[in-house]
Amino acid sequence: MSNETILSEIRLEEAKPNPWLQKLHIDLPLLAGLMALAGVAFVVLYSAGGQKIDMVLRQGARLGLALGIMLAIAQIHPRYLRLYSPVLYLFGVLLLTAVLLVGETTLGATRWLNLGLVRFQPSELTKLSMPMMIAWFLSSQPMPPALKHVAVAGTLILVPTLMIAKQPDLGTAFLVGVAGSAVLFLAGLSWRYILAIAVAGGSLLPVLWHFMHNYQRDRVLMFLNPESDPLGRGYHIIQSKIAIGSGGIYGKGWLHGTQSHLEFLPEPSTDFVFAVFAEEFGLLGCVGLLGIYWFILGRCFYIVVQAQDKFNRLLSGALTVTFFVYVFVNTGMVIGVLPVVGVPLPLISYGGTSMVTLLAGFGMLMSIQTHRKPLPH
Amino acid sequence: MINFEFNSKDRFYENRVFLNRIVVSVIFIILATAGLLARLAYLQIIGHEHYASLSHDNRVKIAPLPPTRGMIFDRNGEVLANNNPTYSLEIIPEQVADLEATLGELKKLLNLSEEEIQRFNTLRRRHKSFDSIPLRIQLSEEEIARFAVRMPHFPGVDIHARMLRSYPYGELTAHVVGYVGRISEAELQKLDPSVYSGTYHIGKSGVEKAYETVLHGKTGYEELETNVQGRSINVLGQTEPLAGGDLHLTLDIKLQKIAQDALQDYSGAVVAIEPASGHVLAMVSKPSFDPNPFIQGISRQEYEALQSSPNRPLYNRALRGIYPPGSTVKPFMALAGLELEQTTPGRRVYCPGFFRLPNSEHKYRDWTKFGHGAVDLRLAITQSCDVYFYDLALHLGIDRMNEYLGQFGFGAKTGIDLDAEKAGIYPSQEWKRKARKQIWFPGETLIAGIGQGYVQVTPLQLARAVAILASKGKVVEPRVVDHIKTPIPVENPYPLSESGQIPITPDNWQAVVDAMIDVVHSQRGTAKGIAPGLTYHIAGKTGTAQVFTVRQDQDYKRMKVQDKLKDHAWFIAFAPAEDPRIAIAVIAENGGHGGSVAAPIAKAVIQQYLKGQ
Repeated sequence: MSNETILSEIRLEEAKPNPWLQKLHIDLPLLAGLMALAGVAFVVLYSAGGQKIDMVLRQGARLGLALGIMLAIAQIHPRYLRLYSPVLYLFGVLLLTAVLLVGETTLGATRWLNLGLVRFQPSELTKLSMPMMIAWFLSSQPMPPALKHVAVAGTLILVPTLMIAKQPDLGTAFLVGVAGSAVLFLAGLSWRYILAIAVAGGSLLPVLWHFMHNYQRDRVLMFLNPESDPLGRGYHIIQSKIAIGSGGIYGKGWLHGTQSHLEFLPEPSTDFVFAVFAEEFGLLGCVGLLGIYWFILGRCFYIVVQAQDKFNRLLSGALTVTFFVYVFVNTGMVIGVLPVVGVPLPLISYGGTSMVTLLAGFGMLMSIQTHRKPLPH
Repeated sequence: MINFEFNSKDRFYENRVFLNRIVVSVIFIILATAGLLARLAYLQIIGHEHYASLSHDNRVKIAPLPPTRGMIFDRNGEVLANNNPTYSLEIIPEQVADLEATLGELKKLLNLSEEEIQRFNTLRRRHKSFDSIPLRIQLSEEEIARFAVRMPHFPGVDIHARMLRSYPYGELTAHVVGYVGRISEAELQKLDPSVYSGTYHIGKSGVEKAYETVLHGKTGYEELETNVQGRSINVLGQTEPLAGGDLHLTLDIKLQKIAQDALQDYSGAVVAIEPASGHVLAMVSKPSFDPNPFIQGISRQEYEALQSSPNRPLYNRALRGIYPPGSTVKPFMALAGLELEQTTPGRRVYCPGFFRLPNSEHKYRDWTKFGHGAVDLRLAITQSCDVYFYDLALHLGIDRMNEYLGQFGFGAKTGIDLDAEKAGIYPSQEWKRKARKQIWFPGETLIAGIGQGYVQVTPLQLARAVAILASKGKVVEPRVVDHIKTPIPVENPYPLSESGQIPITPDNWQAVVDAMIDVVHSQRGTAKGIAPGLTYHIAGKTGTAQVFTVRQDQDYKRMKVQDKLKDHAWFIAFAPAEDPRIAIAVIAENGGHGGSVAAPIAKAVIQQYLKGQ
């Protein structure tokens, strides 16, 4: 079956969008999926945060703010998104430079810029400006990209990524790198280049190891063998696995998780929130939660293939793939198949920064979906 | 229809490339999700049981609640072993960041010795890191105060109230009551860890060891919900500990004191038994030691000093000291001769001061150089004539002696409710063949007849034989524990076996007892010195156990015999002779003569006991 027929079939099944939602540039299925996630988030956070309602309220307030930002971005026509991509990218790099020079240090990592009123993490901006920039650059080139374009794109990806890794924030650096690379991949980066990059990357690992901080090395080592140090470095992974495994198929029930409530689980409301969820709601709950993510991903892919120009397609595709990578990296870390990197579970983990970034990304997807030109039949 | 302009071939190609990549992405996402689900299913279905138990272990910490050890009383309710609350300094290693540094500072603060730190480290290796491990058990008021002000600087270090054993009578009861001490590595191997979690002490000797299972009690548990630091945040459940059973001994501590004092500076032992019941009224071994320092563990130096002391204070002579009984076997020999019809009360034997086997030049001496003349059985006992018993032994033969005296417990453990009792020896031809791989010589029968040679008894064994004699042949096992008072039914580790009866013709018994009364009450008796002041009859027998063998050509009296080579002085007795209520055996090591040294000790004990009744 050719791709064209797939596309045309999808076209045929499209329901007629509500004119009001169309005017507000809201994609209802996507919004519904996101709301469902937010609902799950409130339920889990109430339990994980020690049943304090104000924690849920604060998360709700952030969600409101993030939804506002999402809707605001949805109003922006994709052509402006494209237009401002280089500006945004350069601005991001500038801010990252500022962080490295005058950033605030918390817990040994310099990630924050103090703007007086709010503290701001420029690396979050980069999560969006990166795919925008690469999409902007590659959309003006023929696909698949030629070697020199790959080289330029590669440089554009590497500079901010390395700057973020230097902070050090490996998790974000990885996600930013993935966001840029996803564009490159979707643009049709030749498999030969992919292989070459993989080989080069593999051979660079020992070099990377050399430049790693001790705590980063520890994380990798403990990931490889958590039981080697059950009370030290491997502790988080072991406790997380205990939480998940003890949940069983049906879970211990809401508010009845013991691992998190008794403080065995580290960061139960942020990075390890999935373990709390899995402990209380079991395998069935996990399948349900992944189902919601899949519903959102499905809608995103629908938007991606519906998108009307190269920039829109590359950007929406990259955002979608990145969204999944977020989910995968977090859950993979919590269930002990990936190293512990500080990546929150999208829209569930407690915290405003990542939520704003994510919903801003979904705002772009909504913009792309709702600003399509009416098609001639 | 496609959204792209179809007129461009490039556009069409780009479109295909992009959609291809989307498909690849979707496949990647499907595979990755499948991987996640597989892993989740593995953790939550296959691993569920494993992780569920880990989760439970995480959550619930079992803290043992050690039971209060049973108390020990004498027959009149005097406390011999009790529990005093003391304050101990304890450390939970898990909660201490730098144990070495903390120990170093505590060492300075409380003048801890190297040994205390070593002991703590030994304990630490045995216990879990969240257990509270004692560093110093008895804190003085001043030490408590000194630590209390600095307590905030020592997280994980705390003062706990614990019950600590104490023995108010100290060395008076050290041998029979015994003492508790810290559980040793070897003991730990044999203990049920669930019973002994939270208990740091165990009975090491005496009643404390023999009745350990009764005294210990049942450990209770507290199920504590803990957080990650191991700090308990909630008590989920509690099983109260059940205190150990209280032991009421047959011992009379006043009598014990009299016996110990009466021994004066002699090393030796006194065992007094109530003949009808087998109850041990007094059991003294001298020299003794203060058991209280053993509870916390005494220093190596102190222990070695006790261990290597020539008087061997740690050695329970009453239970484990083996001595030749000497002439104290003569009443039993006499009874054997009468019962087995090898002699009669009227038969006389001429004693010239020595005895010769037929066809032998070897002289078996009497203890008097010039002999007792013609002696009958009564006089033979009264004067302790050796020749009479050489003759009787020759008539009886070693195997019959062994068999008959064996009924009185010679050569066998008494079955007392104490640990590590010695059996002693009463030889026979077969015994010598087996133990010495030699044949029996007739001369050895003669020596055995006066309680020398191979014959060896413990003071307890002899006292018990006297008790059997006093009760006309009723055989009961000696006991130091009269009864147990316990909140929970508990198995007595020393159930009393059924008493036996040796058939004894009353006339024969009376003949022997009359002779034993003469030992004390006649002018010719070897213990006549104790007769004055007695308002009842004591039936007794003196004995001297040779430590040093006098050669044929030597004269004992002319030798300068060192004190420690002097004979052991024995005295056995029961009283009142007509209605025996106490049977006793006394040995004073190197005391020389039984009548002058050992008999007064026995008299003091008997007097005290019968006066009190």
